[in-house]
Amino acid sequence: MKSLWSYFFVGVLIFGLGVHSHQASAKSNLVIGITQYPATFHPNIDSMLAKSYVHGLSRRPITTTDASWKVICMLCETLPTLENGGAVLEKTPDGKDGIAVTYKILDAAKWGDGMPINVDDVIFTWEVGKHPKSGVSAQEGYRRILSIDQINDKTFTLHVDRRTFDYNDISSLNLLPAHIERAKFKDPAAYRTQTAFDTDANNLGLYMGPYIMATQKTGSHMVFERNPHWWGKKPAFEKITVRVIENTATLEANLLSGGVDMISGELGLSVDQALAFEKRHGKKFNITYMPGLIYEHIDLMLDNPILKDQKIRQALMYALDRKAISEQLFGGKQPVAHSSVNPLDWVFDEDVVTYPFDLAKANALLDEAGWSNKVKGIRMNAAGEPLRFDIMTTAGNRTRELVQQVLQSQWKAVGIDIRIKNEPARIFFGETVTKRKFDAMAMFAWISAPESVPLTTLHSDDIPTAGNNWAGQNYTGYRNPEMNALLEVIETELDRGKRVALWYKLQNIYATDLPALPLYFRANAFILPKWLSGLTPTGHQFPTTLWVEDWAATN
Amino acid sequence: MLSFLARRSLHSLIVLFVMSFIIYVLIGLMPGDPVDLMISADPDITSEDAIRLRAIYGLDQPLWSRYLHWLGAALTRDFGYSRLYAQPVWDAIIPALGNTLGLLISSLTLALVIALPAGIFAATRPYSLSDYGINLAAFAGLSIPPFWLGILLILLFAVTLGWLPAGGTADAGGATALWERLQYLILPIASLTIAGVGGHTRYMRASMIETLRQDYIRTARAKGLSESRVVLGHALRNAMIPVVTVIALDLGVLFSGALITETVFAYPGMGKLIFDAIMGNDYNLALVGLLLATALTLIGNLLADIAYASLDPRISYAELDR
Repeated sequence: MKSLWSYFFVGVLIFGLGVHSHQASAKSNLVIGITQYPATFHPNIDSMLAKSYVHGLSRRPITTTDASWKVICMLCETLPTLENGGAVLEKTPDGKDGIAVTYKILDAAKWGDGMPINVDDVIFTWEVGKHPKSGVSAQEGYRRILSIDQINDKTFTLHVDRRTFDYNDISSLNLLPAHIERAKFKDPAAYRTQTAFDTDANNLGLYMGPYIMATQKTGSHMVFERNPHWWGKKPAFEKITVRVIENTATLEANLLSGGVDMISGELGLSVDQALAFEKRHGKKFNITYMPGLIYEHIDLMLDNPILKDQKIRQALMYALDRKAISEQLFGGKQPVAHSSVNPLDWVFDEDVVTYPFDLAKANALLDEAGWSNKVKGIRMNAAGEPLRFDIMTTAGNRTRELVQQVLQSQWKAVGIDIRIKNEPARIFFGETVTKRKFDAMAMFAWISAPESVPLTTLHSDDIPTAGNNWAGQNYTGYRNPEMNALLEVIETELDRGKRVALWYKLQNIYATDLPALPLYFRANAFILPKWLSGLTPTGHQFPTTLWVEDWAATN
Repeated sequence: MLSFLARRSLHSLIVLFVMSFIIYVLIGLMPGDPVDLMISADPDITSEDAIRLRAIYGLDQPLWSRYLHWLGAALTRDFGYSRLYAQPVWDAIIPALGNTLGLLISSLTLALVIALPAGIFAATRPYSLSDYGINLAAFAGLSIPPFWLGILLILLFAVTLGWLPAGGTADAGGATALWERLQYLILPIASLTIAGVGGHTRYMRASMIETLRQDYIRTARAKGLSESRVVLGHALRNAMIPVVTVIALDLGVLFSGALITETVFAYPGMGKLIFDAIMGNDYNLALVGLLLATALTLIGNLLADIAYASLDPRISYAELDR
């Protein structure tokens, strides 16, 4: 019997040692945990954060925005500007103000199969991008390009139909390898199902970053290996595996057990989850919080007769202690928002109208607006109607539900009755918000970009109606001719000094009119191993992986 | 039996056809469409883009027209393209189906191997200490929520002991792949097995106790047959009939039942695939996934009927067909 037990324990030990090997990943390999799998690997069909993240490892845009929020070249030699002569003002064939911008692709730039990246790829990408049947989701950038001149194999000039301040930023023109994809594009209507990015995703020629995608298992993981034709700094890791684990509790367990080395900030734990994790295991990891461009706010239905009154909207803001919410729920890591413009953006106005927590002001404004009677703590108007609003958000989003409850209690203190009415995300975004079916408040987030003009969310032409087939994102129904004019002029103002003045004006109108109640900017939590260096969070939509060659394992 | 199988197959095809219409309409009536989801993720999509994309995906057509188009293509074995996984529907389903079947067949087999003898053992010693012990374990297995059990297993075997991976699937290929794949399967199988053992033990025990009270069992014992002969030779066949029904019905809930386990262990299976397809408005994938679940329920029922007839000679195929 004794010997039986001995065999059992030896067996368990061997089993333990055998299986334990899975976590002994050498530092030449890196395993990253993220929470989403890309729907497609085609860079221009369907925008997804997960895809941007993994493409950061294996692809490079012509231009991008760096960690200091400046537009830089990645595949081009010099960023063309009006000052250096790379960009020249011109008239379009129909006499409008246009611009010609010339780029030179790096001589050393090659696809992963060794083929040089050249102007043919640029022209092909443009042809696909503007074709109505290609399946490319956002075509506006391609439509604005009137023609492309090929100067030589590596140099081209874009002729654009308008002069916008971001004229030299072509980060959305994600190059496609013409030598592989042109054959797939013979039938443009079938292209989205035939593209090699989805039918032959491990083809080296699709990639031109420090890594190529060697293997992938749908919904589970993607494995990246060094690109033999990468011309830049040699990346430190031989292999990078990106594991997709949607359940954040399982993701944490994987990190603790060594199944993953790090959790991405772009697609990982929410700040409250990261704070809780930090309390328990903070000493074992480097945890960095970076406020980003995800703007959490409450859209107000301006067709609601009560919310039409600006005093009510301002009272709602004064009654909120957003600083305390940020401190208590998010450890102060998520900065309070004053408008849709992020404090990290160079056009942010330090002197913008703000609403500090002030119950006396909130009460005074509500009294002025005619809601002075209180019955059982709830304000009533002269007609005896209660001051009551429904607040809606995505059911199951723990953080938003938590914030919602705090907002409810803070507004109750000034006599506003708030009813929580949440819906699953697909109903909330698929119907309620997009078809403006919310009665009063819809809480959600906008994903923005540096110096992004909020044209589609604030211009009165973008109010969704049955007549325009519910197109547009101005869900509040905000109409202000002054705002319309500003939105139209900012985009085409090339002078930075004049433009920043316009931005300041926009922010102040927004903060005064309050079509939406600004809450805070969401922060990303990067949970990194102590031995990893060189990863710099950007705070904007371009992921940290675009600089993966700077990452290294240090002792 | 052949005519029985032919008739039931025909009935099943009719049910599947009707279900395909019902499911298509129900999915189509859900709020929002794939383009709405694209817009919410990409602020650069203009209203012009939205109209164009709806035309590309056929979403500008009435529901009945889209269904007829799908049905026409399905009859030529083209079940459409999954927008969520950017591949033909079957290419997305087959690996997930393989994963789920592997997981569920292993866990069901293990659960039955443990539960059936345990249930029989408990039934032959009702209200004894061992019966109480088995019942206690069975109730514990039934009562523990699967997601909690999954997390507990991960904490113990992955985080604390570091013996097994906490979730996901193997990324290695070649000779080492089998062992690596098995490592990733151990915890999800254990989780599903523990949850399944409880229920099946209780069914087996109850059914066997009921059978052992029958007159023919008393007769067998009076004939002087050994207890094991009485239980295994005479009682077991009849006691298995209700248990077989439960196992057959389990096939139908196979996909949804595995959803929680697949989510906790980040295991790419059918439950998660169908859930994501519905939430992501991937009509083609959701439709085929749900039809597959319907087909499995029908197959389960058919297998149960065949099992009844083989377990109980009094049941004929003609009776089953009525």
